[in-house]
Amino acid sequence: MLPRPKLCLPLLLAAILPAAAAPVHVTYWEKWVGFEGQAVQTVIDRFNRSQDRIVVDYYATSSVDRKTLVATAGGDPPDIAGLHEQNIATFADAEALEPLDGFIRAEGMSNEQWLSRYYPVYAGICSHGGHVYAGISTPAVMALYWNKTLFREAGLDPERPPRTLAEFNDYAHRLTRHDPATGRLTQVGFLPQDPGWWPWIFCRWFGGELYSGGRVTLATDPRNVAAFAWIQSFTQFYGLDNVKRLASEFGPWASPSAPFFTGKIAMVFQGVFYDNYIHQYKPGLDYGVGPWPEAVRGVTDFAMAEADVLTIPRGARHAREAWEFIKYVNSANPNAQTREELGGAELLDYLQVKISPLRAWSPYFTLHNPHPHIAMMRRLASSPHATSVPDMGIWQQYYREVISAFDRVRLLDATPEEALGYSQARVDESWERYRRSLERHGQWVALGETAPR
Amino acid sequence: MTRSEKKRLRSGLAFTGLWVIGLGAFTAYPVVASLYYSFCDYSILKSPVWCGIENYQQLLHDDLFWKSLRNTLFYAGLSVPLGTAVALGLAMLLNCEVRGRSFFRLLFFMPSIVPVVASAMLWLWIFNGEYGLMNGFLNPVLGLFGLHGPAWLADPSWSKPALVIMSLWGTGNAMVIYLAGLQNVPRELYEAAEIDGASAWQRFRHVTLPTIAPVVAFNAIMALIGAMQLFAQAYIMSEAANGNGNASDGNPERSTLFYSIYLFSTAFQDIRMGYASAMAYILFLITAALTWAAARLSRGRADDAF
Repeated sequence: MLPRPKLCLPLLLAAILPAAAAPVHVTYWEKWVGFEGQAVQTVIDRFNRSQDRIVVDYYATSSVDRKTLVATAGGDPPDIAGLHEQNIATFADAEALEPLDGFIRAEGMSNEQWLSRYYPVYAGICSHGGHVYAGISTPAVMALYWNKTLFREAGLDPERPPRTLAEFNDYAHRLTRHDPATGRLTQVGFLPQDPGWWPWIFCRWFGGELYSGGRVTLATDPRNVAAFAWIQSFTQFYGLDNVKRLASEFGPWASPSAPFFTGKIAMVFQGVFYDNYIHQYKPGLDYGVGPWPEAVRGVTDFAMAEADVLTIPRGARHAREAWEFIKYVNSANPNAQTREELGGAELLDYLQVKISPLRAWSPYFTLHNPHPHIAMMRRLASSPHATSVPDMGIWQQYYREVISAFDRVRLLDATPEEALGYSQARVDESWERYRRSLERHGQWVALGETAPR
Repeated sequence: MTRSEKKRLRSGLAFTGLWVIGLGAFTAYPVVASLYYSFCDYSILKSPVWCGIENYQQLLHDDLFWKSLRNTLFYAGLSVPLGTAVALGLAMLLNCEVRGRSFFRLLFFMPSIVPVVASAMLWLWIFNGEYGLMNGFLNPVLGLFGLHGPAWLADPSWSKPALVIMSLWGTGNAMVIYLAGLQNVPRELYEAAEIDGASAWQRFRHVTLPTIAPVVAFNAIMALIGAMQLFAQAYIMSEAANGNGNASDGNPERSTLFYSIYLFSTAFQDIRMGYASAMAYILFLITAALTWAAARLSRGRADDAF
C-alpha cells in the first residue's frame, strides 16, 4: 500500500529541497568564572547572534591547561582552549596546538600582517618558532601601584611616584614603619615577595636577559645578579624575622586582608586587573598607578605584559569554526561610538575592565573605558620596553628555578651568585635535555632557527 | 570439566568479565604501558622514542629527585609513628567505659571525612603565623622565653613539621580500626595478667600490643603508603601560604616539595611523561620495600612480645 499523500509530501520536500544546515557547535574551555566569565559569555552571545553557522558553547574549566593536554592526547580536545601564555611554547613543541598560519593566509594576510595589528609585546605572545599559535583573550600589563595616603603620612608627594630606581629605594625606606613600643615592623614601602608571581621580571627590569644567543643567562648576566642582590637588600634592611612576622599577617592577594589594601605595603607592582580587586575589596582606597621607575638609564616605561590566549588544540573537530571565533575576539570595530557598537576584543576587555591588545582603539573604548587608569595602561602596553615571558618550551622549569633562587635569596639562605648559579646549572641541564628531545623527534632544526624572544 | 562445571565457569566469567575488562583496560594496561614509557622520551602527544635507561640515569643525578625523596621520607618518618601513637592512644581512651563514649568516637572520627581541600584551607588559618590558632596557643608560653611562634608554612624549617601535625587530623580512620582490634582482645587475658600482678603498662605491652599487632601493622603500612604519596595537602597549602603563582614547587625553598608533587609537575607542567613514569616506578619500588620491611618488623615484634 502506498503512503497517504499527507505523509508523502513532507518526505518528498525533504528529499528534493536542500536541507538547512544545522549550526556547528564549537566547544570552548576557559578558566574564567564570575564577572570575567560573564563577560566572555556576553561576547560569545554577541558572536553567536552575529551569524547562523556557528554556536560557541562555553565550558568554565579549572586547570584548563592540564585538562586540554590530556584531552588532546586522548583525541577528544575542545575546539578552543583558553590557555595561559606560558603554555604556548611548551604545548606547541609537544605538537598539542594547531598553527593558525593557514587560517590567517585564508584571510588574505601574512602572519606579519596579522600580528602587526597587536601591540608588539602581545604579537610576540601569539607566536612561537615562526608560527602563530594563539589569539589573545585577556591581556594584562603590570604597573606600579602606590598608596597615596601612606605617601602623605611619610611626607611624600602623593601625586609623584618614584621615577628612578634610586628614588624607589629611597621611598621604600621612608615608607617603612615600626611599632614604637615593640619595635616590630608594621609597614613596609615595598616587599619583593608580594605578590611574588614574577620574580624573573626584576631581572628584565634591571636590563638582564634570561636567554641570549642560544644560552640560558640567568647567572651569567651580571644584571640578573644585581637584580637579585636588590631583592635581598630588602630583607637585609627590614630584618629576616621582621619580614617573616609581617608577611604572616598578609591575607590572600584578592581579599580584604591583602597587604596593599590593609596598608602594610605602600607600593606594589600589579596588573591592570588589580583595579577591579581594589574596587571590590578596598573601595575608597586612595591610590595611584604609574610606570615602573627607570632602573636602566634611558629605559622609560618598562613594563611587563602577559595574556590569556585562545588556541586550537590539535585534533579539534571544528578548527575552521574555532578560528572564526578567535578571529572575532581578536578584532574590533575601530569606529565604535557606543557600547553596543563595541565588538570582539574591545567588548571583552571593556566588560572585564582591561586593555585591548590591539593597536587601534575605537573612540568609545578610548573615551568611555571603565578602567580608571586606562591611559597609563595603554602607554605601558604599547611601550617598546614592554616584555613578557621568554619564548621557551622549558619555561615552566625555568620559572620554578627562578622561584627557588628568589626564595633562597630573600630568605638570606644564599647569596645571589650562589642561588642563581645553582638554578642556572639546573636550567642548563633542562635546556640541553629539551634540545636532545626535540632532536630525537626531528623538531630542533626548525625551532633552533628562531631564538626565543 | 563436567557440563555443570562449564556452566558454572561461564556464569562466573559473565559476572566477573566486566570487572576483568575494566581492570585490564584501566589499570593493568596503564601500569604496563607506563613501565614501557619509563624507558622512553615521551611527552604524551608525540610517539614515545626508546631511550633505554636514560630516565633512570638522570634520576640518580637529579637534585630535586633526592630532595623530594628526603622530604617525603622525613614526613613519613614522623607522621606514621606519630599518627599510629595518637590513633592507638585515642582508641584506647575511647575503649574505656566512659560517659559519652559514642559522642567522642564520632567527634574524633569526623575530621577524617572532611574533604582534603576544606581541611587544608582550615589548617592554613590554624598555621597563620600571626593570627593562627597554633601560635595563639604557643605564643603565651614561648613569650615567657622571649620567643615567638614560627611562621609555619611560610618558614622552610617549619613547613614539613606543620604538615606532620596536620596529618594527625585524619587519624579517625585508623582509630576506628584500632578500636575494633581492641574490642577483640580477650578479657580473660587481662584478668590473668592482673592476677599475676601486671601493671597497666605491662598489660598494654604484653597483652594488648601482641594481640592487636596485626592491626597495628595494617594501619602502619597503610599510613606509610599514604605518606609516601602525600600530595593534595602540601600542594594546596604551600601554594596558598607562599603565593608564587602556579609554580607547584613546594615553596618556600622547596621545603614541601614531596615526591608526588615533583612527579606531578614533571608530568603535567613539563610534559615529560617518560621521566615521570620512571619516577613513579621508583616510588613503587621504594614503597614496596618499606612496606615489606614494616611487615617483617611487625611480625618479628609480635613474635617477641609473646
